[in-house]
Amino acid sequence: MKLPDLGELAVRNLRESILRNSLTTIGISVGVASLVAMLSLGIGLQQLASRRLMKSGLFDTVVVTSRRDLRNSNRGEDRSGPAPGESRILDEPTRLEIEHLPNVLEAYPDIRFITELRFEDKPHLTMVAALPSSAQSNDAFEAVQGRFFSSEMAPEVVIQKTFAEELLGKAPNPGLDETNVAALAAPLLGKQLTMRYAQREAPPAAPSSAENSTPGGDQGLAGAAYSVVSRELKLKIVGVADLDPESMRGPTRARVFLPLKLAESLHVMQPTDLREISRAASDQPVYSSVSVRVKNPSGVQPVEDAIKKMGFNTFSILDASRSIQQFFKVLDVFLGIFGSLALAVAFIGIVNTLVMAILERRREIGIMKAIGASDGDVKRLFFAEAGAMGILGGIVGVALGWAIGQVINLGTNIYLKRQSFPPEHFWAVPWWLVVFAVLFSFLVSLAAGLYPAGRAARLDPVQALRYE
Amino acid sequence: MGENVIRAVDGVSLQVGCGEFVALLGSSGSGKSSVLNLIAGLDRPTSGSVVVHDRDLAKLSREDLSRYRLHTVGMVFQSFNLIASMTLAENVELPMRFAEVERGERDSLVHEALARVGLQDRMNHRPSELSGGEQQRAALARALINRPQLLLADEPTGNLDSRTGTEIMNMVREFNQQLGMTVVMVTHERALAERYAQRLVFLTDGKLVSDEANLIVGEGATEQGRL
Repeated sequence: MKLPDLGELAVRNLRESILRNSLTTIGISVGVASLVAMLSLGIGLQQLASRRLMKSGLFDTVVVTSRRDLRNSNRGEDRSGPAPGESRILDEPTRLEIEHLPNVLEAYPDIRFITELRFEDKPHLTMVAALPSSAQSNDAFEAVQGRFFSSEMAPEVVIQKTFAEELLGKAPNPGLDETNVAALAAPLLGKQLTMRYAQREAPPAAPSSAENSTPGGDQGLAGAAYSVVSRELKLKIVGVADLDPESMRGPTRARVFLPLKLAESLHVMQPTDLREISRAASDQPVYSSVSVRVKNPSGVQPVEDAIKKMGFNTFSILDASRSIQQFFKVLDVFLGIFGSLALAVAFIGIVNTLVMAILERRREIGIMKAIGASDGDVKRLFFAEAGAMGILGGIVGVALGWAIGQVINLGTNIYLKRQSFPPEHFWAVPWWLVVFAVLFSFLVSLAAGLYPAGRAARLDPVQALRYE
Repeated sequence: MGENVIRAVDGVSLQVGCGEFVALLGSSGSGKSSVLNLIAGLDRPTSGSVVVHDRDLAKLSREDLSRYRLHTVGMVFQSFNLIASMTLAENVELPMRFAEVERGERDSLVHEALARVGLQDRMNHRPSELSGGEQQRAALARALINRPQLLLADEPTGNLDSRTGTEIMNMVREFNQQLGMTVVMVTHERALAERYAQRLVFLTDGKLVSDEANLIVGEGATEQGRL
């Protein structure tokens, strides 16, 4: 029997006992819907998590440090490349070289120093860090009060919420998370901070350590080839960040942020300067570490490998991201299993319906065989009926699952809004899930038709026709 | 228990020539229907052979047997055996679906077959809306749709009154004479068999008891025609 005939007969047979077949198909739909709902929840949550994490800049960043850096000498994780003693220093040409690696968006030096900031004549000691303008897209600056730096050289700062609290003399209360950033920011935006810092200066022509530094700023190290000058800079507060853009840095995280180019131009004395003292005569700055932003997380590994080959230590949080992905895979499997349980019930429903159909259509099967239907024709007819129910149930099920998802998404967002969180889209039905669900439903239905179809095909026509 | 085999048909040797009209007679349980089922390829003999057109049905695969039923045999039954959920046209079309006849050709063939049995106006009715005689005519149209050479009839008039029975039998004879079909008919009505068949075969307890030419064939029909 040809396919169009098969389909036609199957559909008319399904229409004959419309109630029973509809109920069976609804059973399949519910099964598929629960599967789709569970999986799209899993996928949606995964997408939400990776979207959030991606914006945080954690997963596309590689931190590069020199192997000369003693901190890294006992890590022992990577011993390839030159030994620490003769490895290269992390200077400006190296930074440019890294920046020209494929897939690298930018490589910027990590400039951070602890210094004193005066606000309304009160000194506050804190860690200051430089940010490239690309950090604007960072998750943490999404909810910034005020604005980001107007330019790379603007004498402006963005401060972190906790520092804002300190400036205003408010004690941070760890019990209550929900400090209103807007209220904190209002009295601070546009105000001035005075930063006092130690500037490193190239030595004058004379090799002697001249007394040209202001008192207190002179490091006066024997044989030092540069001098340190104390400076002051007036900065305008333009933004207060709610979230912590440097949460990954732990205790060394900064609470005040400067534009990168401005920070570079200041030549602030850095901890590494002491270690690199022997070569500090050079005009070129030497960086303790360089942050490399990669186009996408999948590019992190090759970039890391390339930098390691250059003779530097690298660190990225990709391993952490892998375990997060693994967690979601496991979650998907579990959600899928729960979704499949309903489909298993539907499977039994199909078997039941078709076995009932055989009993009911015993005579009809006998007639068809008597007038020339082969075993294969009968078998295929039952398969077609099972398959048709499967496809129909699959399509309805996907629609149902999608609708359930929309409703839950809507409901949750109403709840989130009441709790004054931004709305989130944690429900995703990708096209491949739609195709997969319908196909899966079809295959499950065919599998359910296996036994009934075989039984119908084996029916003895003489016996079947004798039944009156 | 295994030894207690019921022999529905035992040692029957029967040869039917092309174009013959043979009646199988016997009381119920005589094995006449079993013989018909063997010829139809619905059943297989436990031993012996059923040879049709030089092919032994006993040795055909299930697949080949169904193809034989589809193309070589047309069958009509006492209880008509039309599929209740299908219209007459669909019932008649069904064997062509199994035979994979092109869709475009089917409609005209269905129409032609139903016109031959005088049911062209009832094409889109379901069997339950028709009289017994009409249903049996539709069954005849279905039996002929794939142009088989062999027409097997199992008590074709058993559920019909004598007038419609005669109508059906006249059609069967027409197919036998005009289309040259070989007809094997099972009946327990000796009068009916004598009126139409050329040969009468009697069975009792699965054994063939007599096989004789029907000398008065034709006369009965003319008599009946006058009624």
